[in-house]
Amino acid sequence: MKIFNYRLVIFILSIIFGVVFSVPSFLQTETGKKISLGLDLQGGLHMLLGVQTNEAVTSKIKSTATAVKYFANDEDILIDGLSIKDNDRIVFTVLDQDELPKVDKMLEQISGLQITKNDLDYSLTLTPEEEVKTKDQAVAQAVETIRNRLDQFGLAEPNVVRQGETDIVVQLPGIKTAAEEKAARELISKPANLELMAVDEERADQVYTMSRAQAAQYGDIILEATDNPSVKYLVKEIPILNGSQVVDAQVAFDQSNQPIINFTLNSAGARIFGDFTAKNVGKRLAVVLDGKVYSAPNIRERIGGGSGQISGGFTVVEAGNVAIALRSGALPASVKLLEKRSVGPSLGADSIKASTIALVSGFLIVFMFMIIYYRRAGVIANVALVTNIFIIISVMAMFGATLTLPGMAGIVLTVGMAVDANVIITERIRELLRQGLSIPKAVEDGYSNAMRAILDANITTLLVAVILYAYGTGPIKGFAVTISIGILASMLTAILGTHGIYEALLPKIAKDKNLNKWFGIK
Amino acid sequence: MEIFKGTKVHDFMGKRIPFLSLSAVLVVVSLVLLFTRGLNLGIDFAGGTLVQVQYDHKAPIDKIRTVLNATDYKGSSITKFGSEDEVVIRVSGVSSNLANDIGDEMHKLLDSTGEFQIRRVDMVGPKVGGELREKGIMALSLSLIVILIYVSYRFEWRFAIASILALAHDVIIALGAISLVGVEVNLDILAAILTILGYSLNDTIIVFDRIREGVQTSKEAVLDKVVNTSVSRTLSRTTLTSLTTFFVVATLYFFGGEIINGFAFTLLVGVIVGTYSSIFIAASFLVQLRFSIESFRAKEAEKVKRQKEKEKMRAMYEKGTV
Repeated sequence: MKIFNYRLVIFILSIIFGVVFSVPSFLQTETGKKISLGLDLQGGLHMLLGVQTNEAVTSKIKSTATAVKYFANDEDILIDGLSIKDNDRIVFTVLDQDELPKVDKMLEQISGLQITKNDLDYSLTLTPEEEVKTKDQAVAQAVETIRNRLDQFGLAEPNVVRQGETDIVVQLPGIKTAAEEKAARELISKPANLELMAVDEERADQVYTMSRAQAAQYGDIILEATDNPSVKYLVKEIPILNGSQVVDAQVAFDQSNQPIINFTLNSAGARIFGDFTAKNVGKRLAVVLDGKVYSAPNIRERIGGGSGQISGGFTVVEAGNVAIALRSGALPASVKLLEKRSVGPSLGADSIKASTIALVSGFLIVFMFMIIYYRRAGVIANVALVTNIFIIISVMAMFGATLTLPGMAGIVLTVGMAVDANVIITERIRELLRQGLSIPKAVEDGYSNAMRAILDANITTLLVAVILYAYGTGPIKGFAVTISIGILASMLTAILGTHGIYEALLPKIAKDKNLNKWFGIK
Repeated sequence: MEIFKGTKVHDFMGKRIPFLSLSAVLVVVSLVLLFTRGLNLGIDFAGGTLVQVQYDHKAPIDKIRTVLNATDYKGSSITKFGSEDEVVIRVSGVSSNLANDIGDEMHKLLDSTGEFQIRRVDMVGPKVGGELREKGIMALSLSLIVILIYVSYRFEWRFAIASILALAHDVIIALGAISLVGVEVNLDILAAILTILGYSLNDTIIVFDRIREGVQTSKEAVLDKVVNTSVSRTLSRTTLTSLTTFFVVATLYFFGGEIINGFAFTLLVGVIVGTYSSIFIAASFLVQLRFSIESFRAKEAEKVKRQKEKEKMRAMYEKGTV
């Protein structure tokens, strides 16, 4: 007999590991890592959002145009026909030949531009690398922005992660009502794209007779007022400022106690704002949020300090949400809903109840069956089985894995299959005992004979699980994880662990020689 | 307790033609079902929207239909779900608009039909559905290739082909059953199919391992007899494991609730078919593929010989004679 039973020691250690690390999951205590319940079990909202990355390219082009315009104003360079064509190209003409070097030097400072020059005509597009980079940043920024907004919205554990090139997964556990869900969706989808635009005072009276195409010829666009679509404004297409220069936004109330939003610009924005207002006293400045004009006050004097306000028909809640959205930054491109799964909390509770009943009753049947069929060998297999479950839960908790309905089914199935290793081993031992081998010899040979089959079977299943994990999504991934952990755990418990128990008990079994009591054979 | 004493050798291979014929019929029927009836693709793969509504009284299905027929959601399917109180409304359209979706609209539209709560809204856009389909097929094909390589390496190529054929057999019949019953095929059903794949493979490999062992250790020269002995020896294990798995899956089916019903049904069929195929069918393929005991033994002997030569060389080298 071996003096040091390393198998038993490892098994006992794994029992301790399994029990200790699964306690938080079972008791759902606050301390310690626990398995998190999938949205299908606890209720909540799962969404897959697609970022319209082409819009990010357009807006980059737009801000480049703003920069060109601002520079030209600043340096007193006369340019004509500055406009955006096909959403991805800036064109303009320099009027004075002598100023070309200055313009070229300025354009050099803007990285990622592809410049086509024809005499005095310029055409600017983004380089292909810059376009890829812009799209990539748009998705990264959208993730960041959505995360910020949801954090400020006050939901428990929102989860926002990027998936693939253009998609974002948003998971919101704990959403209870349809109204709550809708508010969250609106908050996420709000572009919160604040623009300050100059009203084209020269042509403002023609706005009601002009077509959009005509407006475009003058480098203008027509926007509607937010509270009344029949009121239209003709504004310069290229904004003076955009939301990326907003550093803070807060809800305040005006004299008539209507909610308004005060915003603060960063220093660069404040300078541009100050310069513009100084030069355009008497003209109107349109405050545009998401393509709608909120107000267009007259500029009375230079506005320094870099703050402004948005007023116009908010409710308090709306104003709060707009302020959150502005503070968290604009969405660089709009997002589309590609997939949505929302589960009400009562359905989740029903699912937990049903699958727990199935789990527990399935367990009990397997348990009783093993004991009746194999007697003490069945008891030993059951010890391994229970340990297996504990280890699966512990490992999943440690990795922060999520338990979903199919994942739970995966555990149920692992239970059925985990006893398999012990069934194979015990059958081999029985076979050898029937051939008349001594008990210690039968146990040892039983294990070594069964080992090759168990390993081959487990390795193939494991390989398949790895592939499923790599290529699967959602429930399939969860399933692959549960099964992989289950297989590895069962190698530890059902093969190594039970062997250790037998080694420890062998002297007793050999003395007892009661094959029915120990292995269920007569 | 013992069900199979393990001493009796059953003549499985002698009856392989009737069993193979039965399987052929089942596979053909399944394929016909798949091509004529097809699979009832759920929104995960087909795209669309599903709204599950629970009323606090018996669900007024006719009323819901009348209300919806007056809207854009004309022709959506409304079915009872589990109890009398609960219905599932399937709409073929999707809305990519975050701020206002079909769930919100349903809430307004159904307002007149009584007290209810919306328990679940699933919306899958067409792009996602296509991607899921693609990924599923990709995962399945890759799994099969990996199985082929591994089993060829550990056993022999005929074992690999036979195990893949057995897998195909099980999966096709399970799909046939799904088509026959009209189970809605969603991601969880795919997960169930993949589980059947794993389960059936597990079963087949255990049996094949015994055959490999029989070929290596016994002096028997007739493959049929080796296979009969091996399958008979594993019979006890196969039925026992299948029974325990069956118990668990059956409880899942009967007590798991409506949501897990399709999943459990698929597994139930899979366990039954998988057990049948690993006892009666998998090894038959091996015989049909004319697996040769002699050449296998010759190859094994060659391997052992080479191993011994290597050891000899090593021993000589270590003694310093080379």
